[in-house]
Amino acid sequence: MQIHITANEGVPIYLQVANQIKYLVAAGRMVAGEELPPIRTLAESLMVNPNTIARAYRELEMAGIVEKRRTLGTYVSDQGSPLARRERMKILSDRVDQLLAEAGNMDVSLEEIQKLVQQRYSVIRSSRSKDTNDA
Amino acid sequence: MPEPFPSAAPPIVEIDRLTRQFGNKTAIDDLSLTIPRGGVFGLIGGNGAGKTTLLRHILGLLKAQTGSVRVFGLDPVACPVGVLGRIGYLSEDRNLPNWMRVRELIRYTEAFYPAWDSKYAEELREAFDLDPLARVKNLSRGQRARAGLLVALAHRPDLLVLDEPSSGLDPVVRRDILGAIIRTIGEEGRTVLFSSHLLDEVERVADRVAIIHKGQILLNAAVDEIKESHRRVTLRFDQLQERPPQLIGALTQEGSGCEWTYICNGESEQVRRAAQALGATVVYDSALSLDEIFVTRVSQ
Repeated sequence: MQIHITANEGVPIYLQVANQIKYLVAAGRMVAGEELPPIRTLAESLMVNPNTIARAYRELEMAGIVEKRRTLGTYVSDQGSPLARRERMKILSDRVDQLLAEAGNMDVSLEEIQKLVQQRYSVIRSSRSKDTNDA
Repeated sequence: MPEPFPSAAPPIVEIDRLTRQFGNKTAIDDLSLTIPRGGVFGLIGGNGAGKTTLLRHILGLLKAQTGSVRVFGLDPVACPVGVLGRIGYLSEDRNLPNWMRVRELIRYTEAFYPAWDSKYAEELREAFDLDPLARVKNLSRGQRARAGLLVALAHRPDLLVLDEPSSGLDPVVRRDILGAIIRTIGEEGRTVLFSSHLLDEVERVADRVAIIHKGQILLNAAVDEIKESHRRVTLRFDQLQERPPQLIGALTQEGSGCEWTYICNGESEQVRRAAQALGATVVYDSALSLDEIFVTRVSQ
């Protein structure tokens, strides 16, 4: 599990950990049934307080992303649940909000944004298919 | 599994209205502070803020002139054995006996602590790569800090006190020290109290922090709470403002014309409502680092 913590940033560390695990799950890099590292192990490898990791795990558990199995440990929940999709949408919504806020500041209209998204999608898709052709 | 924090157990340290003067200089000024059992308590403050003086009272090295200090419910000056036997201490200047070899330092310290764990001491010595035959005076700065940490940890103290543990050390040794803090509180019920001016470290390992400034406590709260209750917001007003309009909870303000930036105490939603009440819109809203919060608080 790849997590990167930046202390001395605005976002509290427990939230950085929780968000990154949410992201890993939403992106399919952690799958249902996969075990999360024990709290103390993760705390020592990230060099953060174990209570912080415990809090991150609690948040993830409340959001239904992970589940505790008695004393065995913490596992990623079944991803067939609609919660996972909701989580993905939430992550993307945050990004879209940022984009819209910046667009507003730069006086770019919604129509222009939509056009731009479509345009970028085509560009990325065509460069991807070129990559696969090259390979 | 770390125990819930703060713990319901009686506090480890209780300081009540402590004042300390050196000549005509007031080092500690009518200070009260309670440190709960379990977890990591970070004491942050600039040079000369009173951090070391406060720690020295907790260790019983200084007697309270006015007010009282209780550690494990005892007066550390009247009961040094009962208090110091349960504390591990790493001082800022790491004053270790220079003429001893590492092996002698370990044996010498062992004699003071009935609870000394020789096996653990040996594990730490190996992990820290300390040569048992090396003289303390010949140790590098980093090895000296590790030797100090070893003798502070090997009796598995209930309270570990570290005064500026990372100052002047390279990142590898700092990592050892942070690791020791994290492992110490992994063991149930142990408490770590450390002072530091490296706020990114404090943010990583502390559960609670207290800001000390001019001998007084300016802020004492859980780290997450502190971070969640301070925002930097930029407000845009419809009309030019000669001076910044008063925003509730604002600690600082700067700007000009229609846009003013505030650092304020309050959650995002509260701040937004306060801005609305002034007829302004929030055009920028971000959280602050502990560093920025510290600077804001002490420059009030």
